[in-house]
Amino acid sequence: MGRYIRRRLITAVPVFFGITLLVFLMVNLAPGSITDLMGEGSAAGADKAALEAALGLDRPLPLRYAGWLGDLLRGDLGESYFYDRPVSRLIAQRVGPSLLLTGSGVALAVAIALPLGVLAAWKPRSPWDRLASALSLISYGVPGFFLCLAGIDLFSVTLGWLPTHGMYTFGTFTSLTDLLRHLVLPAGVVCISSLGELVKQTRAACLEALGQDYIVTARAKGLTEGGVMVRHAFRGSLVPVLTTILSHIPHILGGSVVVEQIFGWPGMGSLLFSGISQRDYPVVMGVTVVIALAVLLTNLLLDLVYGLADPRVRYGKG
Amino acid sequence: METHAYLPRSPWARFRTDRRAMLCLSVLCLELVLVFLLPPLLGLEPNVSDMAAGFWAPPSRTHWLGTDDVGRDLLARLLCGGQVSLLIGLSAAAISAAIGVPLGLLAGYRRGAWEFWLMRLADVVQSFPSIVLVLCLVVLTGPSAGNIVLVLGLLGWTGIARLVYGNTLTVRDQEYIVAVRALGASRSLILRRNVLPNVISPVWCSIPLRAGRAILSESSLSFLGVGIRTPQASWGSLIQAAADLTVLTARPWAWLPPALCIILTVFCLAGIGDGLRDALDTRSRRLPI
Repeated sequence: MGRYIRRRLITAVPVFFGITLLVFLMVNLAPGSITDLMGEGSAAGADKAALEAALGLDRPLPLRYAGWLGDLLRGDLGESYFYDRPVSRLIAQRVGPSLLLTGSGVALAVAIALPLGVLAAWKPRSPWDRLASALSLISYGVPGFFLCLAGIDLFSVTLGWLPTHGMYTFGTFTSLTDLLRHLVLPAGVVCISSLGELVKQTRAACLEALGQDYIVTARAKGLTEGGVMVRHAFRGSLVPVLTTILSHIPHILGGSVVVEQIFGWPGMGSLLFSGISQRDYPVVMGVTVVIALAVLLTNLLLDLVYGLADPRVRYGKG
Repeated sequence: METHAYLPRSPWARFRTDRRAMLCLSVLCLELVLVFLLPPLLGLEPNVSDMAAGFWAPPSRTHWLGTDDVGRDLLARLLCGGQVSLLIGLSAAAISAAIGVPLGLLAGYRRGAWEFWLMRLADVVQSFPSIVLVLCLVVLTGPSAGNIVLVLGLLGWTGIARLVYGNTLTVRDQEYIVAVRALGASRSLILRRNVLPNVISPVWCSIPLRAGRAILSESSLSFLGVGIRTPQASWGSLIQAAADLTVLTARPWAWLPPALCIILTVFCLAGIGDGLRDALDTRSRRLPI
């Protein structure tokens, strides 16, 4: 086990540096300097040089990377150019709403996908199976922004049931029902978007489990089909299903750029979008690096848990 | 073998017997023909304002889909937007495959340092939700059709490389490869002639799906206003008009056609992918999956 952990940690180190390097280079090698935007019209020559010096942009690239990385490791993501606030505090404000929106959407998707996937695997070519494949197709093929528009058109404009924008009605104080009314549409879109993959994986994993010898044994013992399905096939398919669910964690944390932007939801996705639109580079670097490092950490923890749970993982090819 | 002896022998012959897949393929081909042939045939101009028709004109005999906010013919813009969207999707998928296949082969066949570093590179790229990286890179390099294709194509290689890598790992130690190696064949010859044909079929299935995903990514970016921008059009940028609530509710002819085009195209690409999977993979025929 010790060797497995060590090997897994060693592979995480280059990925960590790769992620930080990619984020840093992406922003710093982009054509057009922030000073052009900030001092538009007026800044030239000396002003521009002073501005670059103030932002620390006059130092050579490797030094800037080292400085940024050092700050990052201390939890300092720099100051936003536009909000005049530390990026870490901006992110801290936005993580909650993103977790709420994407978390509830994905949770709803899991609650629908697991039973549906099991039913579809249990009764191939039944109406349940057809419903499952129709839902996967819709989830894959219908763009999220179209679902948002259709939802707004139907539920907000035509029926007038739900609000179209924000987390709370403007001017009111926080009330739970108001929040829920604002949550329904965007969370519904997130749910449909993540539903397809989950249904497909659950169905495939259950079918795979149904082909195993222990299912034959369970049937031979005289268990009912339902008992075989739920207690054996479903449990046998839990690991791949769990992996699919957990692979949604980065999206839960990072929020959904498109949905948050359309519904004006104050989460990580809309923070990233406004950051990139305004060329607020510290915000862009902070948000992207936090999301990617969260993914790295999640994958690392998952692998360690699998290693603990299943000895075959430990001795397999890493 | 006897279980599927009734199947036509070549994958293409099997694909042709798949009615749903053939329908999807025909619809896609028809779309390609229409978006490229109709504008010159009907003499449609996507960037000319028709002052006589006015702004936001409803569908009429002169403008079948009406006009937009500056009086441009929406059918012309739908077709020209289709050229952009379809080309971006297909070429991004082609670029991803062109990068992913050789890198996957190298990592799986040579193993060692190649395997370690290529897979770590894939780990790095896959640590970002794809829309995050695509959004940042397209905005930073400047939104244009060329940059969108490059970004989508360059970032999409990881999935294909992993597919090829996994299959190469199982193929490389098979006896026939050992036999060819013993005959003294060069590494590149083995990779091209013996390994590649045995690992390529899942790539063919994933290319249409990847093209569909690229079309969806492009349309999301353009919808958000950071992809294809006017005067150029794409299906996503046409739907952007519906961000305005009056357009959304009162002028569905302006945004429904491009939305339906996206959905139809992506569904067809998914259908082609499914058909290719069934045609290429004889194993799935034995199990009723």
